Amino acid sequence: MITVLRLTLSISLLLTMTMAQSQSKMVSVKGGTYIPLYGRDSLKVTIGDFQMDVYPVTNKEFLEFIKKKPKWQRSNIKKIFADDNYLVSWISDTILGKNQSLKAPVTNVSWFVANDYCDCQGKRLATIDEWEYVAMANKTMPDARSLETYNKYILSWYEKPKTFNNEIGSTFKNYWGVYDLHGLVWEWTSDFNSVLISGESRKDVDNDSNLFCGSAAIGATDLMNYAAFMRYAIRGSVKAKYGLKNLGFRCVKDIKE
Amino acid sequence: MKQLKIVTSVFILLLTMVSCNSKTSKNDKQKFDLYQCPMQCEGDKTYSESGSCPICKMDLKPVASKTSKVVDDGEISDESIFNLTSKWNTEEGETIQLEDLKGKTLVMVMIYTTCKAACPRLVADMRNIEAKIPKENLDNLQFVLVSIDPETDTPEHLKTFAKENLMDGEQWTFLQGTVSGVREFANVLAVKYKQISPLDFSHSNIISVFNNKGELAHQQEGLGVDNKETVQTILELTNNK
Repeated sequence: MITVLRLTLSISLLLTMTMAQSQSKMVSVKGGTYIPLYGRDSLKVTIGDFQMDVYPVTNKEFLEFIKKKPKWQRSNIKKIFADDNYLVSWISDTILGKNQSLKAPVTNVSWFVANDYCDCQGKRLATIDEWEYVAMANKTMPDARSLETYNKYILSWYEKPKTFNNEIGSTFKNYWGVYDLHGLVWEWTSDFNSVLISGESRKDVDNDSNLFCGSAAIGATDLMNYAAFMRYAIRGSVKAKYGLKNLGFRCVKDIKE
Repeated sequence: MKQLKIVTSVFILLLTMVSCNSKTSKNDKQKFDLYQCPMQCEGDKTYSESGSCPICKMDLKPVASKTSKVVDDGEISDESIFNLTSKWNTEEGETIQLEDLKGKTLVMVMIYTTCKAACPRLVADMRNIEAKIPKENLDNLQFVLVSIDPETDTPEHLKTFAKENLMDGEQWTFLQGTVSGVREFANVLAVKYKQISPLDFSHSNIISVFNNKGELAHQQEGLGVDNKETVQTILELTNNK
């Protein structure tokens, strides 16, 4: 009887461990108020407490997801939800490309699929304001934006080619315990389409920037933060069905009180 | 015996913690319950189980069951907005999916009713388009105004707005969605918007025309622009019926 008990207990322990793995690791981020590069009318933005994935979603995790959700497989996905670059380097619906590591972040995914992935885990994509809030931390400070080294690090990444092939966790662990916000891939945010600074949006948007060509840059609060400016520019230029080879995602979760 | 109970309950607990996808994947399997020889050696003959063709010995390939095809007579194409399954409330208090608008040419725009600057002009643009469409074409046409502020723009709000702006006719529909549903819809239209303060948004001014299958036919960008092309597209789509 006791041996049976032990056996079942160890099996159930094993099961819980594998399940815990399929739910990726998260850390808590304490909310606060800060001034993002592009804020609202009062400039300051207040963020509530939330949990964030420690790493971006990997090829392996995405593969498991897509096996269960055939409608997001490359041969099944509707064109309205993804362009031709969707998982373009994969060999087939469920086989990664030759040079792709299971531990590398998944890229070439559209916003629609990223959004559903997080939804299915009981999570969601971060808002731009949340993402930028966590991303302004370096190893030791929650807000390192004024440090020259912080900006230099990010800008030097922008110059490095093909970092999307690197494995997760290969960059630094920041103040909150989150890895890879800088140095690996760009990431989807839930409201990426709220950025109104692209050339296209200047044409058709009803804020004053259609009167002044440079007002997008002048409207920014921190002219030194060129790295953040690049991120907003990318967000302003992509569409939800785009798949880019250096654009991945991670999920966040609200903390229930 | 007590221990056994504990053990079984632990197992049951674990089994119930299966991920959210298991149900859908089962359904997807059911779709492929018919198999057919890829060479069609025996014509249209199908098998209920996988195996190999008795004539050419090739592996049988799954085919979509015929029943599902019969149901989908007006099948939704890959590029149709009817692929979106989010739910919407109309100004009349009904709950619909976008697919319920199928069959008519759709002219869609995203606005919010507390808007002071651009939306009245966008709404005017919509009315100008309507004015240029002959009466007989209006039957095949639906003007849809989607709110980007689902929290403020309740069905009652939208109804009032419709009356105030003389857009209460049958050809006008106002939609209130969920925050995520609206975000998704905006992404399909490539409309950008951002809340600037509680009652104020900045947003793209895009009027989109969809054919009766929900496929994008034309987009007009900007305020007070020449609507000749938009009207032309609508006329073509509504005449073809």
